[in-house]
Amino acid sequence: MTFQFTVSPDFSPDHISGWYIFNTWLQKQTGQGIHLEMYNNFQTQRVAIENDAVDLIYANPFDAAMLVRNKGFSPLVKPFGVSDEAIIVVNADSQILDVADFGPGTKIASTDDPDVLLMGMIMLEPADLNAQNSVKIGCDSYILVAKQLLQGNSDVGIFLAEAYDNLSNMVKSRLKVLVRSEISVIHHCLMIGPKLSPRKQEIQDLLVGMDMTDKGREVLKSLGFSGWVKVGEEETEFMIDLMDALSV
Amino acid sequence: MLDFKPEDIVGDYKEAVLDLYGGLRRLVFYTEIEIPYPDGKLIVSTTDKNGFITHVNKAFVEMSGYSEDELIGSPHSILRHPDMPSVAFKDLWDTVNRGEHWQGIVKNLRKDGAYYWVKATVIPNIRQGKIVSYTSVRRKPSRTKVEECTKLYASLK
Ligand SMILES: Cc1cc2nc3c(=O)[nH]c(=O)nc-3n(C[C@H](O)[C@H](O)[C@H](O)COP(=O)(O)O)c2cc1C
Repeated sequence: MTFQFTVSPDFSPDHISGWYIFNTWLQKQTGQGIHLEMYNNFQTQRVAIENDAVDLIYANPFDAAMLVRNKGFSPLVKPFGVSDEAIIVVNADSQILDVADFGPGTKIASTDDPDVLLMGMIMLEPADLNAQNSVKIGCDSYILVAKQLLQGNSDVGIFLAEAYDNLSNMVKSRLKVLVRSEISVIHHCLMIGPKLSPRKQEIQDLLVGMDMTDKGREVLKSLGFSGWVKVGEEETEFMIDLMDALSV
Repeated sequence: MLDFKPEDIVGDYKEAVLDLYGGLRRLVFYTEIEIPYPDGKLIVSTTDKNGFITHVNKAFVEMSGYSEDELIGSPHSILRHPDMPSVAFKDLWDTVNRGEHWQGIVKNLRKDGAYYWVKATVIPNIRQGKIVSYTSVRRKPSRTKVEECTKLYASLK
């Protein structure tokens, strides 16, 4: 039997091949057939989860609640030292110096990454902005969010911090950061579904020990990680509660 | 709970006596100094079922002015500001005890007598179908909301 593995569609384009390399490594280590399916967007990925067509997932924190509470997934590991943070950015020439200066009708460029969007909209609340009184300009990538700002089509952009930091210096010099989140407890997590759960302990141990071999470190590098750390059930429950509290 | 000490207070202060849950009374000192909410941060704490603090994050410690040791084990009313009407907290407890989310704008009192406004969401932490604790996640409120609540709370006192 082949199990299904998938990655949160907000993966960085630089790491697509890394995920395939990781999957090959994982199959070799477990002696288990695992098929990696990359979905283009969250919607199609959620349909697959709903249809029980996912057994292993590098999940967006926003989907953790659904995976754990409705689909019986449990957490395995998270990348060492990585958390999801959001940044509120304007054009460098913008008159806005403080988020509170935005008014109704503000045009917000963002991707559909659900956790970043949630954190970003919370950082816009001091201006009383919400989904109803603002205009959302959806973009397929963070590069396009930057483009919206540079071309003056959007008043403000919401970025994943890591994606913003990786923009070229030329682009960043024409943008201005208003707020950077410092939440540190919201993170992506590799999670395992019910069909694979009999092998949970073994897979978790393999992942935690991955940075101990040359080959493992090489694979991690292709993902942009330095290692995996174990995530316990309560840590995930707490993150779910936190996301839940932020969603209202 | 810790007593307020005049030497901890920064600036001119007034005094008030708070009547807290369980017949507890606390003399507090408070000033007119507002500390702005730190941009981009969430202030997070967890209490046991009786409202005693069991966990605080770094932003909580920084904003409250207390050390983590002073906070853990203390009732959450350690932050109670005399301008907050008790009906707000009655509503908070009634709501979370029903297993629901409570949201409100809260004025909190720091150890140094200054205050800070937060938009708080309090949720019950449910494990294996039972409420085991409560968590509050706070974010920066808008000035409009703060002004509305300043008036509202004054009328509820
Ligand atoms: C998770 C949680 C967080 C709370 N946070 C605060 C707070 O930040 N400030 C506050 O005054 N009361 C807070 N409360 C309410 C207090 O427990 C308490 O009800 C309130 O300060 C009024 O005191 P009293 O209930 O003794 O009258 C919180 C309660 C819970 C369950």
